[in-house]
Amino acid sequence: MNIHKQVATTALLLMLFAVIGAALVGFIYDRTYDTIKKNEELTLLRELNHIVPASSYDNDLLASTLELAADQNLGTTETSIAYRAKKQGKNVAVVFSAIAPNGYNGSIHLLVGIYHDGNLAGVRVVKHRETPGLGDAIEAKRSDWILSFTGKSLDKLTDKQWKVKRDGGEFDQFTGATITPRAVVKAVHAALIYFKANKKILLPDDDKNKENYEQHSDINPGSDTEGQRSE
Amino acid sequence: MTSEQQTIVKNGLWTNNVALVQLLGLCPLLAVTSSLINGLGLGLATLMTLVLSNSFVSIIRHWTRPEVRIPIFVLIIASIVTAIELAMNAWFHELFLVLGIFIPLIVTNCSIIARAEAFASRNSVLDSALDGFMMGLGFLLVLVLLGGLRELIGQGTLFANAHLMFGSAAEGLEFTLIKDYPGFLLAILPPGAFIGLGLLIAIKNSIEKHKSKQTIRVSPPVKPAEVAVQ
Repeated sequence: MNIHKQVATTALLLMLFAVIGAALVGFIYDRTYDTIKKNEELTLLRELNHIVPASSYDNDLLASTLELAADQNLGTTETSIAYRAKKQGKNVAVVFSAIAPNGYNGSIHLLVGIYHDGNLAGVRVVKHRETPGLGDAIEAKRSDWILSFTGKSLDKLTDKQWKVKRDGGEFDQFTGATITPRAVVKAVHAALIYFKANKKILLPDDDKNKENYEQHSDINPGSDTEGQRSE
Repeated sequence: MTSEQQTIVKNGLWTNNVALVQLLGLCPLLAVTSSLINGLGLGLATLMTLVLSNSFVSIIRHWTRPEVRIPIFVLIIASIVTAIELAMNAWFHELFLVLGIFIPLIVTNCSIIARAEAFASRNSVLDSALDGFMMGLGFLLVLVLLGGLRELIGQGTLFANAHLMFGSAAEGLEFTLIKDYPGFLLAILPPGAFIGLGLLIAIKNSIEKHKSKQTIRVSPPVKPAEVAVQ
């Protein structure tokens, strides 16, 4: 009998601490949820504003989104989100994610911003696992290399020029690392090709919005949250 | 400060250093010390967790039972680490963006549970908090040293990306040892961490050996006559 009692108290004790621990985490989670969400949105917005300056658009960027289906040129295997910048209802730019699958150490995730005229607004690396000290110079905070894309377009450079210098193209490679910049250049080039092919969907004429979505099956029309908001 | 507390300080920083003597928490230690600032980041996050977890464990030490104390410690530490991560994400978001990736790594750091079991479960709250702080500080110093060493040899810089942690005011803090240093990749890659840590341990051991030699020399030599008598 005594041993039963002992086992029961021990089990109860363990349960008590499990409840206390869970309650603590639950309480803090509940308390911080809204703030964390707001912080994450602000961080994302700041990231987007690095690519498309806040002064060049006047809409709520985080609310004007489009869901893009997985595409080979984007390197995506799942649907991704595109953010559309507008000023006084007119298209300014679109920012979407692209993945370079062939980095030195796995895939490199990029955010690519393109103005409505096809010029690159900017490119930023969101996530990568390239070699520290060599390949990580693609990060904007470590070197200016990624800024060299700004203003480039398919019209300004031929397909042959969309390569690193070692391959006869226009873009610098890093000392000791060619594979990383090569992968990024290729992915940005592919993103521009994607933009050209899908411009009508990414930046539709505002009055014809709905029709365009329905014509192209690879776009999910339900995700145009901007439309839902303005209604 | 009592002599007991002095022992705690000395234990944490030198005699029983988490990284150099106990060799605990090697996984995060080796993984993130590719630069001085990274090492500092993980060090600060670990320090904070150690102080809090030691204090909590010490508070509840009379209410646990020996059979289930380890699971209880695990529960407490896991809750605290998660709570710290959430709180930092909400209220110190800038810092979280820098240190955030290190916090889940602390879960893999066995020095936290080792201190809970070996010290906090037997000592007063104040002593436990001090032990957590000193152990954390000892860990932090090794991380910073190793990070600095690897950064210097690998990249030829020190304090690179300090602005990520201290804001834009620290932008000019970066220190370049040699201009156009070609870099020594081995130091930055994981093997460099093992070699660097090995070097640090060797240095510590040789300092200790040197010290003990000195004490022997200071003590009066035993007279041969006395030996003969014995």
